[in-house]
Parts: sequence; structure tokens; C-alpha cells
Amino acid sequence: MKKPFPIPGFATVVVIVGVVAVLFVYAGGWLTPHALTPASFVNRFEQQNGVHPGFRRNHAKGVCVSGWFESNGQGAELSKATVFEEGRVPVVGRFSLPGGMPYAADASTPVRGLGIRFMPSKGEEWRTAMINLPIFPFPTPQAFYDQMVALAPDPATGKPDPGRAQAFFAKYPEAAKAIKLIQSEPASSGFENSTFNSLNAFQFINAQGEKAWVRWSLEPVRPSEPTSTAHPKESDTNYLFDALIAGIHQHPLQWHLMITIAQPGDSTVDASLPWPPDRKRIDVGILTINQVESEDSSPTRDINFDPLVLPDGIAPSDDPILSARSAVYMRSFTRREGESKSPSAISPAETEK
Amino acid sequence: MAAMLLTMLFIGVAMVASIGDYHKLVALHRPLGIAILILAIVRVINRMLTTLPPFPPTMSPLERRVASASERLLYALMFLLPLVGWGMLSAGNYPIVMFGPVHLPAILPVNPMLYAVLRKTHTILAYLLFLTFLAHLTAVLFHTLVIRDGLLNRMVPWPVRPVSPDGDASSKSGEASNS
Repeated sequence: MKKPFPIPGFATVVVIVGVVAVLFVYAGGWLTPHALTPASFVNRFEQQNGVHPGFRRNHAKGVCVSGWFESNGQGAELSKATVFEEGRVPVVGRFSLPGGMPYAADASTPVRGLGIRFMPSKGEEWRTAMINLPIFPFPTPQAFYDQMVALAPDPATGKPDPGRAQAFFAKYPEAAKAIKLIQSEPASSGFENSTFNSLNAFQFINAQGEKAWVRWSLEPVRPSEPTSTAHPKESDTNYLFDALIAGIHQHPLQWHLMITIAQPGDSTVDASLPWPPDRKRIDVGILTINQVESEDSSPTRDINFDPLVLPDGIAPSDDPILSARSAVYMRSFTRREGESKSPSAISPAETEK
Repeated sequence: MAAMLLTMLFIGVAMVASIGDYHKLVALHRPLGIAILILAIVRVINRMLTTLPPFPPTMSPLERRVASASERLLYALMFLLPLVGWGMLSAGNYPIVMFGPVHLPAILPVNPMLYAVLRKTHTILAYLLFLTFLAHLTAVLFHTLVIRDGLLNRMVPWPVRPVSPDGDASSKSGEASNS
């Protein structure tokens, strides 16, 4: 005798399998196509700048450098990372201009970037991507994305649409405040005398397990000079990079690595908020850059300066911008690594000048 | 282990779409992947040392072939996905951080194009694993809840009585592999 078809059993199968499948699709973000993803940022950069195969989608123009970090041992009190033990650690790095245009004119922006990869012989490596602004202009990933849309130059005028910009700053008054503070300190005259900042907060953990919230900066040994009043000619496309290259050839360039320690109440989750200037700062050593090489030949082109490649002894903060940077850099890295590489604006001929 | 695999697939797919939680998910994804690789090795050794419990008589020869093939595919992906992930990070010049000071050596030379290819492979294999898992889940649930032939006995170390009188209760085996 044939038993009736077990409908409840069959329904259970359908429901269980269906729920697992739907949850998977949901987790992958396919049900929320308007939510921000790493790809939305990279797509936006590509939309704004065009696709330049083999180049970073942001900070596309750059030059590779190398040298060493001489730790004075002071950092070991704060962090057990081997990079802070007294001694020398080889480094590679990359100076860059922000934006997705690999052949942009240096005069087009006062913002400059520096990525550094510390490679201690024992222990874990450390990567950091810094810029010369004291704080990050935008409080959240969403605010950063919205400004890419709102403050993009109008193709007709070459300037951002005033209405859109106004609406953006009305929505994010904290961004207006941060930008005002940034603009109160004019940029220095070149890469070689710029201060580069971690922007996001991180946690240092020492050998005793004590924790401290910190931000760090590379402060130039060369005195900061304001950008010369004789504005560089627009035609002098690579004037900042050329000055950097000439500087390195003349004499190694140096920066002090300064660790700023937070006090209770200082924000560790919002890089657009400054910490008061009286915070304790510790000089943990000197970064020396003595070699420069074009991206065309340097393997550093294929280093992702992911700010979350951290050694034991440095931990990330919960700043969503920090997590977003790591995620978006990774997406940009994945796209460009699979592309054939076009020549860099800073050519081997340029770096040998 | 099935729970680990499923968790891993969800972490993976959420991670690539995630902004604010990305770093937490990645920090879980790497050590969990290596844990799965180690458990996959243990499973294969276990499988070589034990006899497989028989299929229930309700399964046709074709169904048995499909089931065996899907099991082999699951095993292959359990190995391949962590290895491709590990190799991909190696080729991309990334440190392979597990937790704290523990990190693994690179298993491939640094090579940008190799990184890009392995990264894509990792995604494709992950989708394939999810689909295989889903098919496997559907089949097991169908046998257990619709055909009621006690197929679950092949998978779990505790006895499951077939509900259907047509099922073969004697197929209950003490040598069930611990899934």
C-alpha cells in the first residue's frame, strides 16, 4: 500500500533550503543594491576619473621610495610590536597625490599621501597609509561617498555645483567644521617638508598588556615652508615629485615618527575630530628615505598599503572609515593587479634626474 | 564542520560587500579558513581508515553515483578554497595573519597577475561550494523528511530511525562517519 506524499515534510525541505539561500543572497548584499559596498566606492572613483588600467583607483599618481626606520626604543613602552625595539627596520614606501588621475598636475591639489611598509626581520610587518591633513575631512564612509557625488566638478563649469555642495554641508556640518580646521593650516611647499598623519586611531598594546589609544604622525626634519607665493606653472606637471626626487638624491630625507596618546574623551572612532594639542607625544624613531624609483620598475607598485596590515602590538580601532579604507583599497588592488600596467607619470628617466 | 563551512561562506560573501565590519570579518575569515583546511585533512584520513556506511536501498544506482560525486566535490572544495585563499594572499604580498603574533609563511611567489587570477578563482569556488552544499542539504532533507529512509544514519554518529516502514532499518551502521 502506497503511503500518501508527505506534504509537511516536503514543505519543510523547501522552507529550510529557501531560507539558507535567501540569507546567503542577503549577506552578499544582493537584496540591498543601494547599500554602500567597497565596490560602490571603487566604481565611483572609476566613474569620476575613468579607468586607468594598472593604477590605484585613488592616489593613482605616485613614486616609490625605500630606506629604513631607526627605532630609538621609546615606542616599546607603548607597543610590543618588534618594529619599536631599538634598531633598524627596512622600509619601502610610496609618495602620492590623491585622486584617481595618474597623470594629474601636482598643482591640482594641496593634499599629499605617503604609504609606508615596515619590514622587521622578526615579528610582523606594519603598513600605514597617511596623508598630510591633520584630520580626515569626513566623519563616516557614507559622508565620504556622498561628497564624491556632491563635490565632484560639474563637467560644464569645472567646479562643484554650489547647490549640491551646500546641501552636502548642511547634511554633514561636521565635515564643514573639519574642512575649516584643515584649511587653517596651509600645506607646506613639498612632499619633503610635509607632516603625514595616520588620521584614524589605533590601539597600542605593550608587553604587559597595557593598552593605549594613539594616532601617529611623520614629522619632517626639514622645516615646513609655506607653498611659495610664486605658484608653480600649471605646465610644470610634476614639480612636487621632481623636488622630492632631487631632494632624495641630494641628501636622504628624514621624518620623526611621533605617537600621540589619547586621553579619555578623545574620539577613537571618528577621524574628523581633532585631539587637543596638549596630548602627550612620544618620538619613537626616525624614518630615513634614501632611494627613489619609478613605479614602472619598482615592486612597491604592487604593495597595497592597507592600513589594517598591523603587527601584534597594534590593533585597529572601531572607526568605520578605517575598516572602509582597508576594504576599498583591497577592491582597488584586486582590480588593478589583474590589469596590464601603463607607464607611470613619474618615469624611470624622471627618477634618475 | 558543516556549520563551520556554512559560517565561512556567509562571512566570505558578507565580507566583500561590507564596509564598517570588513576588518572584523576578515580577521575571522583567515584563521577559520585554515582551521577548515586542517579539519579537511583529518576528515580525509578518517575516511581512509573507516568503511563508509552503505546507501539506503531507496537510492537508485544513478542517485548513488551523484551522491558520491557530490561528496568528492565537497571534499575537493574544502581543500581548495583555503589553499587558494592562502596562495592568493601570498601572491598578493600580504602577510597571512592568523591571530596575535601567529602568521603563516607564503606558499606562492609574489605575482600580481597570479593574485588576480586566484582571487577570482576563490570567489568562483566559493559559489560552487555554496551550491554544492545547498544541493547536498536538499538531498539529505528530502531523504530524511520526504522519503524517510534514514539516510541521515550515514552522516551522524547517533542512530536515526527510518520512519517509513519501506525504509531499511537494518542499514543503521555503527561506522557512521562523524560529519
